[in-house]
This record gives sequence, C-alpha cells and structure tokens, in this order.
Amino acid sequence: MAQVPLAAGLFSWPSDDPRLLGSECSACAMVTFPSQDSCPRCALTEMVSKPLARRGRLWAWTTQNFPPPSPPYAGASGKDFKPFAVGYVELSGEVKVEARLMETDPAKLQNGMEMELVIVPLGKNTDGDDIVTFAFTAC
Amino acid sequence: MNPEVAIIGVGLHPFGRFAGLSGIDMGAIAIRRALADAGVEWRDIQFAVGGSYEVDNPDAVVALMGLTGIQFTDVYNGCATAASALALAAQTIRLGDHDLGLAVGMDKHLPGAFSADPRNYACPSWYGEMGHFITTKFFGMKINKYMTDHGISHETLARVAAKNYRNGVINPNAFRRKALSEEEILNSAMLNYPLTQYMFCSPDEGAAAVVLCKAEKAHLYTDTPIYLRASTVRTRRLGAFEVHSPWLPIEETVGATVDASRAAYELAGIGPEDVDVIQLQDTDAGSEVIHMAENGFCPDGEQEKLIAEGTTEIGGRLPINTDGGLIANGEPIGASGLRQIHEIVHQLRGTAGERQVPGNPRVGYTQLYGAPGTAGVSILSL
Repeated sequence: MAQVPLAAGLFSWPSDDPRLLGSECSACAMVTFPSQDSCPRCALTEMVSKPLARRGRLWAWTTQNFPPPSPPYAGASGKDFKPFAVGYVELSGEVKVEARLMETDPAKLQNGMEMELVIVPLGKNTDGDDIVTFAFTAC
Repeated sequence: MNPEVAIIGVGLHPFGRFAGLSGIDMGAIAIRRALADAGVEWRDIQFAVGGSYEVDNPDAVVALMGLTGIQFTDVYNGCATAASALALAAQTIRLGDHDLGLAVGMDKHLPGAFSADPRNYACPSWYGEMGHFITTKFFGMKINKYMTDHGISHETLARVAAKNYRNGVINPNAFRRKALSEEEILNSAMLNYPLTQYMFCSPDEGAAAVVLCKAEKAHLYTDTPIYLRASTVRTRRLGAFEVHSPWLPIEETVGATVDASRAAYELAGIGPEDVDVIQLQDTDAGSEVIHMAENGFCPDGEQEKLIAEGTTEIGGRLPINTDGGLIANGEPIGASGLRQIHEIVHQLRGTAGERQVPGNPRVGYTQLYGAPGTAGVSILSL
C-alpha cells in the first residue's frame, strides 16, 4: 500500500531526512509555514522556499479529546477516534509550527521540552492509501 | 469629551433552544422589546444594523416589523459581530447621517462546536484534515500556557465557571440556569486540556437589540440615557497568539483584545480603574481569566487571588459576567455582544433586579473575542 503525504509541498517525502517546507522573505527574512506567496510582515511578494529545522522546543500544547467536527478530518472518527495532543513547536530563529504531538499524556508534556519532527500515519484516503502527516516527538 | 451617542432602549429574546422559532422571529421579538423599552415606534427608526452568522439577511426582519424603507446594513464579523453592529450604528449617528437607529443581533445554531471550511479562514484544507481547525483547541492551548506562565490553578477555572452558572440561575433569560459545583465542573469530560465540558459555553439561539440616538436628543426619550463612550473593533497583528494559526512567528505581540481595549479606553477617556461592572468573552473559563488581564483589570497572574477572594462576584470589586456570561447564556454569535450591552444598561440604570451590582455602578465595559483573531470592546457610562 502506498504512503501519500497529507498535502503536496508540506514536507519533503519520501526522505531519510524529512523537513517541513516553509518560505522566507528575501527582503525582511520573515519565515512562514507552510510556504506562502507574500510576506505577512512587509507584504512584499519575494518569498523563497526554505526547508525548516527538524528540532525545536515545545511552546504551548493541549489535547484534542473529541473528534474534530471540521470536515473532513482524515483520521479515524466516530467510535474509532483516538484522542491526540497538539502544540506549537518553536524552531529556533525560524517559526513556531502547530503540529500533532506523539505524546498524549498531559503529565508528560511540558513547555520547553525538546522535540523532533517525525512523519506518521494519519488515516486512509478513498483509494485505501495511507495518508502520512508531520508530527513532533520528544527527543 | 461630551458623549455623542446614547443608548435609550434594550431588548432581548431569551437565549437557549426554541423549536419553531426562526432567528428572524427572535430578532423581531428583541426589536419590539427594545422599542418598547425606548418608548419609540418602529416607524420612528431611521436606520438599522443587523448581525448574524446563520441568517444570511438579518434585514429580512423588516418583513415582520414594517416595510418603512430604512437603511439596513447586515454585518458578520465572527464572535465580534455584535460589536461591529454596535460600532457601525454609533458611527452612523456620530457622522450625522441619522439621529435614531438600532443594532440587532440574532442567531440559531445547531448544538456542538462551530465548524467551517478552513479555506474560508485563509487556512489550507490540510489544516482541517489534520484535525486542527477547531476553536476549542486554541482556547485549551492558550489557557494551558497562561496557567504555566502565570501560576493559575485548575480550581480557578472551576470557580469562574461555577460563578457564571450561579449568575445564570438568577437570570430568567439565561440558557443554563442550574448551579454546578466546582467538583462537578472539574470532573466533567476533558475536552481540550485543561478545559472540561462544563468550562465551555455552547452555541445556541437567541436575539438582542439596542436602540441608539444622538446624545443631545436622549432626554426626549428617557431620564436615564446610557452613553456609549467608545466602541472599537480590532484584528490580530503579526505575532499575536490567535485562533486558527497553522504557524506563529518567533516575534510576539499582544492580542487583538488588548489593542481594542487600549483604543477604547483612550477614546472614552476612561481607565480600567473607573469601571464598575464588566462583561468579558467567556467562551471558556480560561478566556475569562486571561481577558481580565488583557482588558487591564489586573496584572497577569493576580486572577488566582482575586477569583479566590470573590472579587469577580456580583458583590465584589470587579463584578464580571453578572448575567452568567457566555457560559450560562450560550453563544448565538450575532446576538452575544448585544446581550452584554443589555446587561450593562440594566446594571447602570439600577434595574438588574437580583443581579444588581451594589453601590450605583456608573461605568460598564464589554469585550468580545473570536475567530480568526477579532475583538470588540465597548465602554458605557451614565
């Protein structure tokens, strides 16, 4: 069965060294994730692609204990829904990225803890392929 | 500065669940109550602004009120919709286009957390597919970080929710009218850590309306005009921690609420120390805690002590959400901010009944906040 990324251009895949793909403003060095065409700080349209750092520190987090109503959630829903944790990971000097966290126990999550990018299964698409997405795990 | 705009009438259709009544029906009921409160007729109204999320055309209410041909502007601005309706109505009077008009808000939501297409919020589709496009998760994350940074306990969150349910018990217009203990609140289902089910408000149904006039004409209608000293709306700036953000920059700045609040104090020439009764956006108990500081009522972290001492109760120094707030009233988006105004007007008139704040309050304050980082603040005074 094939593994397909959640969206094209979001992270390098397949890869032994996967990176989130952001963008950087050529004029003011503002970094965004995902990549976008215009700079949210200086409003110029001179963004260039930038692979982001793999490691960072947890900045804020919570848990998602009920199935997100937003259509369509790509993970298992209904009875098969599994609660997950989500947080912002600060990639030093670049950007804070909102991502799923592999640790879901509130007792084990702490702001400032070091985390590393991983690519993980999220669910299946209509062709039966495994959708993979980005997440961070403690390291 | 002399006040330019006065509120002379307020009306509410109760908040809750009302089978058989449409959003427009409830809007018309709220308008009739506001007109009666002001002692004016629909045919006297020169313009209106209507706010709603579910009702495409709030101005359709003219079919129920009378086809008088007035200027009627519809607005939608997320959870700050009612603040935008009020601000536009006040601007219309200040500009001199009209002397007497009204702001009305109405909504009829299905139960459960709000959902939408992420692309309509300038978010990519994958953000929803990943399960991130949900407002409650943002509120969980923001208060979780705030508690760590400023020493706020889980018990404080429960105290805030318990207070708002208690205030709902003595508000005949509220949706939730049953007191809940702090234990019940803490032990209800965890939705987004540290926020439990009973710490959140629910989308529901309801309507509210406010009649406004040029300040110098207020004496024609009432002996107790309530002056609208400021009504501001602001959106997020780069670096603010806001709902529906797939990423945030490294640089940090204050949120839209702080910007709207500072602008309102400056316009009104009134400071937080002058405010006697307060309505804050309590989408969840954590939001009320954070908004106390964001609106200038205390330094970050002092909420822990203030709430434990009962400072935010009806009889306290900083009475907050005296009608039960969103937690007891639910959130019909278009109407929610005008419910806040309805409560403040009654508090300043001294007609809030069992909920009346003692000591003849003279200055009231309201704040709204919602997706995707929009806030509205109003300051009212006798």
